[in-house]
Amino acid sequence: MKTILSTKKETMRDALSKTILRLSEEDENVYVLDGDLATSTKVDIVANENPEKFLQMGIAEQNMMSVASGLATTGLQPWAFTFAAFLSKRAIDQIQVQIAQPNLNVKMVGGYSGLLTGLTGKTHQSLEDIAIFRTLANMVVLAPADSTEVEKVMEFAHQYDGPVYIRLARDAYPVIFSDDYQFELGKAVTLKEGSDVTIISTGTQTSRSLEAAEKLESEGISVAVVHMPSIKPLDKEAIVKAAESTGAIVTAEEHSIIGGLGSAVAETLVEEKPVPMVRVGVRDRNAESGPNEAMLQKYEISSDYVAAAVKKVLKKK
Amino acid sequence: MSELLLEERKDLLTKKSIEARKLVVQTVHHAGAGHIGGPMSAIDVLTNLYFNEMNISTEDPNGEDRDRFVLSKGHSAIGLYPVLALRGYFPIEELKTFDAINSRLQAHPDMTILPGLDMSTGSLGQGISAAVGMALGAKLQNKNFRTYCMIGDGESQEGQVWEAADVASKYNLDNLVVILDNNKIQQFGWDAGNQTREIPAFNPKARWEAFGWYVIEIDGHHHEAITNAFSEARNVTGKPTMIIANTVKGKGVSFMENTHNWHSRVPTDEELRQAIQELETEV
Ligand SMILES: Cc1ncc(C[n+]2csc(CCOP(=O)(O)OP(=O)(O)O)c2C)c(N)n1
Repeated sequence: MKTILSTKKETMRDALSKTILRLSEEDENVYVLDGDLATSTKVDIVANENPEKFLQMGIAEQNMMSVASGLATTGLQPWAFTFAAFLSKRAIDQIQVQIAQPNLNVKMVGGYSGLLTGLTGKTHQSLEDIAIFRTLANMVVLAPADSTEVEKVMEFAHQYDGPVYIRLARDAYPVIFSDDYQFELGKAVTLKEGSDVTIISTGTQTSRSLEAAEKLESEGISVAVVHMPSIKPLDKEAIVKAAESTGAIVTAEEHSIIGGLGSAVAETLVEEKPVPMVRVGVRDRNAESGPNEAMLQKYEISSDYVAAAVKKVLKKK
Repeated sequence: MSELLLEERKDLLTKKSIEARKLVVQTVHHAGAGHIGGPMSAIDVLTNLYFNEMNISTEDPNGEDRDRFVLSKGHSAIGLYPVLALRGYFPIEELKTFDAINSRLQAHPDMTILPGLDMSTGSLGQGISAAVGMALGAKLQNKNFRTYCMIGDGESQEGQVWEAADVASKYNLDNLVVILDNNKIQQFGWDAGNQTREIPAFNPKARWEAFGWYVIEIDGHHHEAITNAFSEARNVTGKPTMIIANTVKGKGVSFMENTHNWHSRVPTDEELRQAIQELETEV
């Protein structure tokens, strides 16, 4: 299923909000756990419209994740919502010991991942969560690219029996997928064909990658864009195929270049099909608070930087 | 229960506790590793839970309506395993595999491989929150099972314990009973000059009451007191119960008692012989 980048923008939060309310209404086992961020993550909709399914856990993320574990052992499906930074760094021991290792049916949604967290800066940005979550055995790690895909991955997570981490962003992004889009665990999605280079992107960097690819096309460079909503399990076959067909890879993610999608792709390429590769991501730096466009430029992850990475990797071919 | 039956029950519990203590010392000696002091202090409460208080069935260890137990002080797994074995969850022989490769008896409890374990623990401070989740799960689904959990006094320094205390109060979890194995010694502790090495101003009773819990304080080595505390907790409504079980670290073996040195030491052959002798003459 392919679509071009549309001018219509929607936030992942609004999609999440509608979807979690529906799931909580449809399935008696679905409960929402909030770490006092419901107005930011927008799960306040459940508190307002389906209050008996809303469990306030207070500003205590470690306890929240362990409580989720206990709830799951009684047959419920708890969904824990907070910021990606707090899930991945404050409560990761709880998640590893009591959710991942015992393979319990807990859904973890990290709002405000990446760099653009609404002028909140270093404490609220999350440039490490992919790296941290993907090292946990049993963990599924998903990063949707638009509001449609948010709904689809949440529906998937609801059906799936086991721990799932979903990485979301704060602001509005172009709608990429239409309603008939089918999410498949462990499957890449080719959004644009091309023959010179493949950009493999995830989450919010997918729309920026499409933007870069379209710009490059007008300069005569043929760029494929492969979106990876499923970082774990990873579609290794698609990565190898991209390496074979275009001979050069760029990865793009709103995350540190250490340990994220770029690392995961590099691991696959090194073992299966080494080709020239350039990673786009935050390059081992601490960030700050600032307006979105300025942040993307300063931390070198804007679509211009994706395009520059394509040109750089072409020279290595 | 009649007086006679009560006496018989007490005798059985006392006997089981002694057997379990012997198995702790033997297993740690055999494995050449493991904790001793904390497991020994916990044994009477653990025995009472599994042979008296909890509604469980070894034939159906995952039964939906069974009572749950979470050993939040997971390093005392080797105190729990002998009790589970004596209760019939697995053969006593299997204790010899403790800490060996491929064993179901992990140094810290692994719920994915051993029947009878309701939660994986080992990182202190977390188990109590999972127990809160279980008790909350029972309430949300109108189930009648009760959830029990044991924490340590050292473990109580973890902030998460108090996060859990808040939430249990907030949701009025009167189906939750937490036992504090208050042996007043941790791994190394706070003050080398202080014989008990306990945290200054711990005051567990005042603390748990301040968090809105119903608090019972008992001698944690006295089966009648333990049984009565569990019965009292069943009558509490609207709040969770904390049973402060005052215990002795290393209980039952003179040279292991009241010292942090036996937190996780392995007995020599001679120490094992002496320990078994002391435990056998205790009856
Ligand atoms: C989070 C965490 N920190 C440290 C440890 C290491 N540790 C294991 S037991 C222990 C002392 C525990 O003391 P207490 O809770 O009083 O247990 P007991 O004396 O009953 O053995 C420590 C520090 C751990 N298991 N988990």
